[in-house]
Amino acid sequence: MRIGVFVCQCGTNIASTVDTDAVAQKTLMLPDVVYSTSYMYTCSEPGQKEIQQAIAEHGLQGVVVAACSPRMHEPTFRRAVEKAGLNRYMFEMANIREHVSWIGTDREANTRKACDLVEMAVAKLRYNQPLFSSKVPIHKKVLVIGGGVAGIQAALDCAEGGLDVVLVEKKTTIGGRMAQLDKTFPTVDCSSCILGPKMVDVSQKENITLLASSEVENISGYVGNFKVDVRKKATYVDWSACTGCGACIEKCPSRKVPDSFNEELGNARAINIPFPQAIPKKAAIRREYCLHFTKGKCGVCKKICPVDAVDYEMQDEILTEDVGAIIVATGYDLFDHSVYGEYGGGRYPDVISGLQYERILSASGPYGGHIKRPSDGKEPRDIVFVACVGSRDASVDRPYCSGICCMYIAKQAILTKDHVPGSNSYVFYMDIRSPGKNYDEFVRRAQEEYGVQYIRGRVGKIYPRGDRMVVQGADTLLGMQVEVEADLVVLATGVESASGSRELAEKLRISYDQYGFYMESHPKLRPVETNTAGVYLAGVCQGPKDIPASVAQGSAAAAKVQALFSRDTIETNPQVALVNERSCISCGKCIQVCPYGAIQWKELRGGERKAEVLPSVCQGCGLCNATCPCKAIQLLHATDNQILAEVNELFG
Amino acid sequence: MERAHTLTIQKTCDKDFIRRVEEASEQEVSKCYQCGNCSASCNYTYVYDYPVNQIMRLIQLGQKDIVLRSRSVWLCAACQACTTRCPCNIDVACVMEALRVMSREENTVSLKDVQMFYDEFLKSVKTFGRVFETGLLPVYNLKAMKPFGDMDLAPKVLQKGKLHFLPSRIKGRKHIAEIFERFEEQGKKKQEPREVNEPSHSQ
Repeated sequence: MRIGVFVCQCGTNIASTVDTDAVAQKTLMLPDVVYSTSYMYTCSEPGQKEIQQAIAEHGLQGVVVAACSPRMHEPTFRRAVEKAGLNRYMFEMANIREHVSWIGTDREANTRKACDLVEMAVAKLRYNQPLFSSKVPIHKKVLVIGGGVAGIQAALDCAEGGLDVVLVEKKTTIGGRMAQLDKTFPTVDCSSCILGPKMVDVSQKENITLLASSEVENISGYVGNFKVDVRKKATYVDWSACTGCGACIEKCPSRKVPDSFNEELGNARAINIPFPQAIPKKAAIRREYCLHFTKGKCGVCKKICPVDAVDYEMQDEILTEDVGAIIVATGYDLFDHSVYGEYGGGRYPDVISGLQYERILSASGPYGGHIKRPSDGKEPRDIVFVACVGSRDASVDRPYCSGICCMYIAKQAILTKDHVPGSNSYVFYMDIRSPGKNYDEFVRRAQEEYGVQYIRGRVGKIYPRGDRMVVQGADTLLGMQVEVEADLVVLATGVESASGSRELAEKLRISYDQYGFYMESHPKLRPVETNTAGVYLAGVCQGPKDIPASVAQGSAAAAKVQALFSRDTIETNPQVALVNERSCISCGKCIQVCPYGAIQWKELRGGERKAEVLPSVCQGCGLCNATCPCKAIQLLHATDNQILAEVNELFG
Repeated sequence: MERAHTLTIQKTCDKDFIRRVEEASEQEVSKCYQCGNCSASCNYTYVYDYPVNQIMRLIQLGQKDIVLRSRSVWLCAACQACTTRCPCNIDVACVMEALRVMSREENTVSLKDVQMFYDEFLKSVKTFGRVFETGLLPVYNLKAMKPFGDMDLAPKVLQKGKLHFLPSRIKGRKHIAEIFERFEEQGKKKQEPREVNEPSHSQ
């Protein structure tokens, strides 16, 4: 084989700590290497042209580029050699930047290591074979997981573009967190008034299939051809018949059911519709509170229902959907402030979370939009807001900023003054983070127009005195300890990843950070993609953000899906496993270990069975390769021979 | 100490002081983001000249003189409320302790009587194996030149049987005294070679 080696200087990124000319010279001595050079920027257009010229002039059959990580420029160089007439897999990359020049300063040692890496790449290249990808059709249907504002936006944008959409929502209605909010900052417009039309749109779009009260059970397949099992959880109400009249709710005798939509303020019934604008507006029974299920008696709802929709025998159902792409928009949970013992650990009814206060402010909330405190229903005069509860706090493992609390406190303080004009609001804060459009002006308005008292310092302790709460904090600007007596304390509870986010990530084969937020493919340049092709992210599941950013990301994810679906087929990756039937001893171990179900039995003439790989399902993980006792199954482009050649080069 | 109103930061910043505080307390003072929770939780802020968050800030700025001469350092009761509440997991009480040690070494103790109390307290422990309050208080009060200090409390405490006229005889008195001796010995040893090793230590 005639091999050419191109050593990149990457400006000074590599050249400053690696003698690239020496690397090029040394590799020229290797057998089969007929051409070697170093170049300022190999990825630049002239750099690529040089590779192509060398292929033509020296009759190269394989190319090695020693430069950055293959994650950066492997596709660039593969295309470049392909244009010059080589197969794209007759190319190898040695990473001498991230693995060498950026991590060591000893020029001599770096140069030696760079030589080793190039030699290994050359050794592997000798065993490379041309590989060819095939084309498979794309299933032009998209699955959106999560019906909050990000998921709704993604679903609507996909549907607008003519795609079929399956929207899966865990709860019985879409709307997510935004539906729980009273008003939105900085415009103070009614949250459900601006979200409502979008929710209605979802229900009216013919190409959106809404699966509420459903969860993703299992996902197999690959970009363009995912197979998704969705568990439709039993609601014990036939939704095709239910009209959402609410008669059953009125008559349900089980009245002490914690109202999760109202954040446990007030009670709901065992059969319930969370809020008036719910989509779909269908009733569902919570089995753990229903007298029929717990005590075996009752049955009032079944009797009262005018359309006979109640069905106690209903079972969970598994639906299977074939989709080509998945948008994940599973949102977030709120930090549980009961871990703060010094704030009462959740014992004091008048120390509440930010979302609870949001429900209190809301006209559809537990107190009909009148501000009352939970303990005795009195209208509070002095209200204290405490920022950064479960944010920027390493001691509770939440060192990140939740990004929305500064703004929602300012909004809630303004609304408080609107609801109770004689009230006084105090905000304990560490820093005010208001970098959005018109955000800082909004916070200023809270202070200047609405007279909200901002106190720079954290709160050390909250304890009762009479029927009021004492908030003991610091004013670090004064350098003094301060004390505020309050009727109601609102803790600006921060954002954390949704419960179950890790389990879903494992089903989707996407990665998540240490706090459970999903990892984007690149923090700047691929913010909605994941490292699994065909899976995209939208909203807070990727990291804390506000409504405009969530909506923007929902639209961005939809645009990505539209781009993917603008083609009819996608090329498969030919780096898959392949069985050598002559060596296969039919033990079936590979079939057992394959995480993708990509290997099956193949019947030969005479009834003999051999393993067979479905190339379109195989993800090239190599597990079968490592498991096979007689090395009959090989991963193309990473065969045992290729890896051994590299190892031998290094240690031989 | 008179409160300073202008700091010429480069002139007064003692980087070595920051390093020494961090080394002695095994805490990273740069982690402090000045939320003020330590001061919010501190029970003695009302007598401090600098609230504890400002002490932390002054350390970050290397203001050795102000910190080591402050009253706060000696009024700290080491109750650890600051340590418990610190969101950055800084053991603030430990930093204060390190400052007390340093202020002794630098001879900048602002409240000599507090220092004296610490000394007398430990002396009492060394002699009797545990504190002998009835002995400690008169000695301390006389030395601190306030012979009738806290006298008003005596009848109450006596009534409740909290004060005894003889020191309690506990087991292992000797061993406790030995702990003190060992520690004093170590302190002496440490001080001498330390100065010699200083340059290599800072590397």
